[in-house]
Amino acid sequence: MGKHKTPEINSSSTADIAFLLLCYFLMTTTMDQQSGLQRRLPPMPNEQQKVEDQKVNRRNIIVVKINSADRLFAGSEPMDLIYLKDKIKEFLTNPNNDPSLPEKEVKTLDIIGEYPVSKGVISLQNDRGTSYQAYIAVQNELVKAINELRDELSIAKFGKKYIKLETAEQEVIRKAIPQNISEAEPKDVSKK
Amino acid sequence: MSKFGGRNKKEMPAISTSSLPDIVFMLLFFFMVTTQMRQSEAKVIVKIPEASEVAKLERKDLASYINIGMPAKHLQAQYGTESRIQLNDSFKNTADIRDFIAAERDSKSEADRQFMTVVIKADEEVRMGIITDVKQELRRCSALKVMYSARKSGK
Repeated sequence: MGKHKTPEINSSSTADIAFLLLCYFLMTTTMDQQSGLQRRLPPMPNEQQKVEDQKVNRRNIIVVKINSADRLFAGSEPMDLIYLKDKIKEFLTNPNNDPSLPEKEVKTLDIIGEYPVSKGVISLQNDRGTSYQAYIAVQNELVKAINELRDELSIAKFGKKYIKLETAEQEVIRKAIPQNISEAEPKDVSKK
Repeated sequence: MSKFGGRNKKEMPAISTSSLPDIVFMLLFFFMVTTQMRQSEAKVIVKIPEASEVAKLERKDLASYINIGMPAKHLQAQYGTESRIQLNDSFKNTADIRDFIAAERDSKSEADRQFMTVVIKADEEVRMGIITDVKQELRRCSALKVMYSARKSGK
């Protein structure tokens, strides 16, 4: 066998080919981050659950309503959106053990020991004519109230913000301050 | 001094381009890894609302998207300006959500099905009526993990 020298393949067009591929991927793909408010919808009720619903004590529920004109009612009084967060925080913490605010149940949690967990439930109701923007704004305020409470507790117990905690610690905080937002069965708020 | 200052007529050596393909390939791989294929063409105009407490979606591959909004400009002649639901690539009714969810469930692996999230991308002008209908239908299909798509608002 003779030792033929194989001619070198001209590679000057590799760059062009790679550029074409690059352009293709730039056009067909997206990089946008999906972000938003995560929620768990309640499962469809059956007969047993309805009975349970009625058992919830009146003082443990705060009803947040948004009517078709995007006006906000919290606990049957009209309210501006900026005050909702403080109202919710007061409702969930019940600092003075007010009998009209939710009761607390002392639970033993893993790391922080005994902690009075509020039984409060936020019931969010909206009209069919409510705008999505107003609905998200209210949802956002509710989440913000709960996030702030969690941050406060995290700083008191661990000296760090909730986001910077370990997973196990976050779970304890989540148990201490649960996110009880109930998105009620649809009803016509305007009708009364 | 004469080396730099002088106006010598020596030819500049050509810049070697042999590493250009490597650089471009690196870019290519970067984009291939960080991006994902476009899901579907948007047929509705969606300007998602702002919120300050948004969380990122952890598993993008487990998300199914429901777009709700006004039909896009070029489709308004055909479909009007009433808010519509878009599933995959076409306008659908709330009754079609059941099939859509079932199909999405089937496309995910069995272990991941319980983590499937339905991302509701709705325009901020949409009325809650249509979203309530969608939510009720999702509850009926027991697709309970939802995410209301929202932008992070600036301070």
